[in-house]
Amino acid sequence: MFGKKRVAIVGAGLTLFRRRLKETGKELSYEAAKMALDAAGMELRDMKSVVMGTAPDAFDGVHMKGEYLADGAGAYHKPYTRVFVGGGTGVFTPLAGWWHVASGQFDTCLVVAEEKMSSCYPHPQYAFTTIFDPILERPLGMNLIWIFALEMHRYMHKHNIKKEQIALVSVKNKRNALDHPCAQLAANITVEDVLSSEIMAWPVQRLDVSPTSDGAAALVLASEDVAKEVTDNPVWIDGVGWCIDSTLWTNRDLYYPDYVECAARMAYKMAGIKNPPKEIDVAEPYDPFDYKELHHMEGLLLCKKGEAPKLTAEGVTQRDGDLPINPSGGLLGVGNPIAAAGLMKVCEIFWQLRGEAGKRQIPGDPRTGLAQAWGDLMQYGSVIVLRR
Amino acid sequence: MSEVAIVGVGCVGFRPILPELSYKELMFEAAVKAYEDAGINPRKDVDVFITCAEDYLEGFSIFDEFVPDQLGAVLRHLFTVSGDGLLGLATAYMLIKTGQFDTVVLEAHSKASDILTFMDIVAFALDPILNRPLGGHPYYVAGMEMNRYLHDTCTTMEQCAQVAVKNKKNALENPYAAYGANITLDQVLCSDTWFYPLKKLEISTPADGCVVMVLASENVAEKLTDKSIWVKGVGWCTETPNLETRDWSKTVYTRLAAEMAYKKARIHSPWKELDFAEVNDLFAYKELQHMEALKLCEYGEAGKLTEEGLTARNGELPVNPSGGLLGMGYGLEASGMQKLLEVVLQLRGEAGRRQIPDAEVGLAHAWRGIPTATGITAVLSNVK
Amino acid sequence: MSEKIKHYSGEALKSADIEEGRVPTEKCRPKAKFAWSAGMAMSRFLEELKNGKIIATTCNKCKRIMVPPRIYCENCFKPTDGWTYVKDIGTINTYSVSYLAADATRLKEPIIVAIIDLDGASESMGIIHKLGEIDPKEVKFGMKVKAVWKPPEERVGAITDIKYFKPIKEEKP
Repeated sequence: MFGKKRVAIVGAGLTLFRRRLKETGKELSYEAAKMALDAAGMELRDMKSVVMGTAPDAFDGVHMKGEYLADGAGAYHKPYTRVFVGGGTGVFTPLAGWWHVASGQFDTCLVVAEEKMSSCYPHPQYAFTTIFDPILERPLGMNLIWIFALEMHRYMHKHNIKKEQIALVSVKNKRNALDHPCAQLAANITVEDVLSSEIMAWPVQRLDVSPTSDGAAALVLASEDVAKEVTDNPVWIDGVGWCIDSTLWTNRDLYYPDYVECAARMAYKMAGIKNPPKEIDVAEPYDPFDYKELHHMEGLLLCKKGEAPKLTAEGVTQRDGDLPINPSGGLLGVGNPIAAAGLMKVCEIFWQLRGEAGKRQIPGDPRTGLAQAWGDLMQYGSVIVLRR
Repeated sequence: MSEVAIVGVGCVGFRPILPELSYKELMFEAAVKAYEDAGINPRKDVDVFITCAEDYLEGFSIFDEFVPDQLGAVLRHLFTVSGDGLLGLATAYMLIKTGQFDTVVLEAHSKASDILTFMDIVAFALDPILNRPLGGHPYYVAGMEMNRYLHDTCTTMEQCAQVAVKNKKNALENPYAAYGANITLDQVLCSDTWFYPLKKLEISTPADGCVVMVLASENVAEKLTDKSIWVKGVGWCTETPNLETRDWSKTVYTRLAAEMAYKKARIHSPWKELDFAEVNDLFAYKELQHMEALKLCEYGEAGKLTEEGLTARNGELPVNPSGGLLGMGYGLEASGMQKLLEVVLQLRGEAGRRQIPDAEVGLAHAWRGIPTATGITAVLSNVK
Repeated sequence: MSEKIKHYSGEALKSADIEEGRVPTEKCRPKAKFAWSAGMAMSRFLEELKNGKIIATTCNKCKRIMVPPRIYCENCFKPTDGWTYVKDIGTINTYSVSYLAADATRLKEPIIVAIIDLDGASESMGIIHKLGEIDPKEVKFGMKVKAVWKPPEERVGAITDIKYFKPIKEEKP
């Protein structure tokens, strides 16, 4: 077998996450990309390829929006590709950047993720009505929240989990976000606040859910040679994984995300990780809903099935716990501009491993971290393992 | 680093309409053919699946959701490239070059007949603030481009029309083509002017179809088949999305994509070294423009070469022996795969009555259509 | 370098900024219309719904009876082998009580949605539908429910030919 080429992250950039930003999608892409380039001490002309991650065109309201965003993302006159795996896109985008460099075809890759959900007016929920099957599902007047409510309820039923246990995730993440300068929904709330918030689709309540947002994030990737030239402090992409499950989500037992486990195993194998809870120092699993953090911890093999609520209650997943989960504040706290939110998680792990996370910095000199996103009809997992 | 080979192809269509099959069933049938051709079991033998699709051409917000089952990719490693099938080829090529993956499946399709408002969707790709509010049929962009190209190069309308005559005629020999026809130059020139100077018969008509291919690393390819077609080089480039700042005459996106592919494939003199080329011809004049950007000839010379018959199937450098998009039908994001399919069949010697004798090196080229300036070029050979 | 960065880009707007015209906007409603070919499997499924029946397909290799039907088995990756009817009775796999309509507006009366694993199909072969004739508080996991069909003359060959599923009493031993 051919030797694996190592790929490093050498710079990261992020915009504010807000319900509605004045900047266009192109402008947001530019701001994040420019910040990442500045952080790496590099120029656009140093970027040999560009990858864009952005979720449904229906948000921005432009067909082929990857093409539309190209100049904002720095792709003018460059090899440029948009990848798209629903909510999994944000973490998938740096995987695409990884193969641009790991293939030996390019020394550098600029990775940009953008979402301008507010352009879908009056509410981005409209865009979600067309994610469903037109024959079996759309005629029922499906709402996006339904399918997550069905999954959450199944998960609770299978493991006998109480809403109080799940609400702890929302409390933790929104509090963590108080230290994040880009956060949209940082707050000090209590379990009671979550349980008394408006019921959307039982068991999902208002404070179980991340918001809709505008925002962008970016990374600069480099080959080993280039990385060593531009920084003393590269963070390496050591494992990549992705997996999709069947379209027919009503034919699956929703209590466990098999596809996340499959994606994680792919990434762990590449990174040589045998015992994830011991070897992973910090993780950013996808948390658009509070129960998803728990669901994904289990799928990522960070704990046993049904055990995540217990670890959360014991404080293991706090920033100063044994396994800090979503120290950024996650989607629940920082916000959820879909693809940008996934890439924000990778930025967070990058900053944590470099010891640059400021007030959010977890103790203990972390060396290995993981970010994961989830998408499509509760069927997609994308995983990245980073090492210092 | 491993070489990359195409070891299996499957195609259903292209037809003006395939009403009996859903898009899923269409993909399934093409996939079965490709897996059979490669001699693989998709449930065990494939490392990565790639689908190339755009949401608004499917009528879904996240089309990725509806792909895995019919490709045999359930609980496997699949993703979507929002782009032309040839960009998927570039992606598959890189994946195999990482040394981490041996077998990659690539899919792209068109179910254009499911779309009731195709031109409104094309218009929805225009800049929402600067261009879209002006209204009108979005193909006026092609009319503007053709006009500027004719003005700059002294290419004639007859020369453009000749492309349509040639391609539709070539398509008569292609079982995968939807719109083969024996038409005359006069018929093209006398057809309605739709976007001056662009004529009705110079515009490709959408068609339904699906192409699936199996790619493999050197080691796996040599175990599977002795008719591997090798990907010698791929290049791709986005010039700019802005209508206001692009080059209207020289398709810079294609020139840069070609330079990248030629560099990898060590092609120095394309006209001599290529045995044939499958070039994007969504509009007849685009074939000429793209030939020049691909350095098959000098800038402004393609029209003359076409008129002289040098790009006919029995010419010195056959261009679009498949019939191109004008003859096969416009396969939307599969349009690059239509080109790639013809290149593979020609290089395998399986192109039937279209066969170009002793073809060894071929080129496939794609452009993403109005209003983009994104192009992809691939050089392939039956010699490793 | 998160801690070294003092400024993050982004200028937040409020809904009122748009509603009251304080920022320029460009509005456009896409004309995106589709008519999907239902295909071999779904065409038959919809025809059968019109007859008040639910049809599935079978795979002889993995021995599954699959609903909704498909012409290929995604597990074995081969064509399916036959058609068979399943019952319009099933078991609640999971459910939700939704206060939201499709466009995220609030409903006065919540609707109950559920995944219903149909009797006669293989394990966990569910479809999504609504529940009716039951108080949301009474719904239980594992509850048996039966389809309530529209009258034959009102059926059009759509999933909504079933109005909803309603609970049935378990047969006494």
